[in-house]
Amino acid sequence: MARNVLVFAEIRGGHLRNVTLEALAAARKIAEGGEVAAAVFGAKATEHLGVLARHGADRVYVVNGDLEPYRTECYTQAARQVIEQARPDVILMGHTGIGKDLAPRLAARLDMGLVSDVTDVAVEGGEVIFTRPIYAGKAFQRRKFAGGPIFATIRPNNIPMNEPDPAKKAARIDVSAEIKDLGTVVREVVRKTAGGVDLTEARIVVSGGRGVKSADGFKPLRELAEVLGAAVGASRGACDAGYCDYAMQIGQTGKVVTPDLYIACGISGAIQHVAGMSNSKVIVAINKDPEAPIFSIADYGIVGDLFEVVPLLTEEFRKALAESQ
Amino acid sequence: MNILVLLKQTFDTEEKIVLKDGQIQEDGVKFVINPYDEYAVEEAVRLKEKFGGEVTTVTVGPARSESAIRTALAMGADKAILVEYEGEADECVIAKLIAAAVKDQTFDVVLGGNMAVDSGAGQVAVRVAEIMGIPNVSAITKLEIGGDTAMVERDAEGDAEVIEVRLPFLATAQQGLNEPRYPSLPGIMKAKKKPLAIVKPEDLGLAEEELKPKTRVCGLSLPPKKQGAAKILTGDLADQAKQLVELLRHEAKVV
Repeated sequence: MARNVLVFAEIRGGHLRNVTLEALAAARKIAEGGEVAAAVFGAKATEHLGVLARHGADRVYVVNGDLEPYRTECYTQAARQVIEQARPDVILMGHTGIGKDLAPRLAARLDMGLVSDVTDVAVEGGEVIFTRPIYAGKAFQRRKFAGGPIFATIRPNNIPMNEPDPAKKAARIDVSAEIKDLGTVVREVVRKTAGGVDLTEARIVVSGGRGVKSADGFKPLRELAEVLGAAVGASRGACDAGYCDYAMQIGQTGKVVTPDLYIACGISGAIQHVAGMSNSKVIVAINKDPEAPIFSIADYGIVGDLFEVVPLLTEEFRKALAESQ
Repeated sequence: MNILVLLKQTFDTEEKIVLKDGQIQEDGVKFVINPYDEYAVEEAVRLKEKFGGEVTTVTVGPARSESAIRTALAMGADKAILVEYEGEADECVIAKLIAAAVKDQTFDVVLGGNMAVDSGAGQVAVRVAEIMGIPNVSAITKLEIGGDTAMVERDAEGDAEVIEVRLPFLATAQQGLNEPRYPSLPGIMKAKKKPLAIVKPEDLGLAEEELKPKTRVCGLSLPPKKQGAAKILTGDLADQAKQLVELLRHEAKVV
């Protein structure tokens, strides 16, 4: 059954987010020969038309209006106007900071069902089936729609993006969104992540637990992360002890990450932490205690003091990566 | 100040998940207030202590939810509503039930958790704000109310946004908002006598159509088990570091 799919694209720091391209891959699968459209918001949208087309968009809605910075109400109104024009059977967006906030608001306004935080999409017997983690990945749930339009948010880093097709073009449609009655005003944005890699989208995560012993103890982890282009995370133990900001917390409370490589440094492996990272593709554990439960879910382990091991690793990676360039 | 808190009971985060006959087993499981909702309760009680007023909690869930509700009452909430619901509801239905259960009351602030640690969807609170026709601010780490506006700090993927919002509004609590208190013994004693209204979904005046879930669960599974234990490296640490880099680059091929 051909379906028309609309993907809401997201730009962060001037770049189109990977999850948008992953959502386009999911869209092509669900469309089954139907049309895939993307909607991109704001003045910088035009730069990204080519990438959206090459990754599967047949048409791109470029939405202009008072859309900067992100506010729930203005995006909800603009998104609704695009949906009214595009009339999609399926709506997809990333399960990002914006997606988590916008999708439920939009779904409620349109009285739609919504499946959040999807890690896999399949079409089985003509039905679209979404797989999503529950209990932060301790289990998985399959969900489908009882009828009516389909709406889902896609977790970053799980659905592989399609190979870009260099010859593909997309039609451009301009939409001027009318925005009113916002109710909220953004007074200030404090960038705490300047230069850093976003935790939920990172391909490699270097994470510290109570074993880092202090805020300064994260320094060797940051150095390793820099060499690897990785994001730095933490366990609840490290956050509760005040070594780092809660924004870095990985676990059932905190963020759930599924990178290609997760390097756990001085993390014992409490169940609530493991829930947030156990679906990483490859897990490395570095811990002084050979009995630490983290070793039971790791692929590779080094028993030793992280303050000795991590700088050695940083040096080895630096050498190895320099040689391969 | 009238404050509403959306409250869910969840498994303790240290619990493992066991499936039997395709269902999640609840036998012997320790239940708690959803940790994010606990921040919301704490923040609501602090607002009440500062400005006066009343804190109401509202829950959609099975009868066992009462233990979590009593904990919230022991922390300082004044009264509670439980919409007793045993069947399969999706977020859309739950939000409608919550909004319907409190539709005759007015609130200055509505607080909920950023997500529930079981379903992890984070939809219900935001949907409730939409149905109530009030703005929402998600994942807040700081809340200060002055007159009829609030200054809210929210976690935007690690960055902090400072947002001004008019009352009434709904906000969802992120970690770091506060340190929830432990209920005191007198608090626990008092909580037993605080009013808990138990209502049935069909008594809330919603059309039958509105109580029909728009999405359905069609399968549950556990994640695939890791094959065997970790390859524990040996040798001196410098040598192990060298081996690990080699393995990650050429065996696992992730760097």
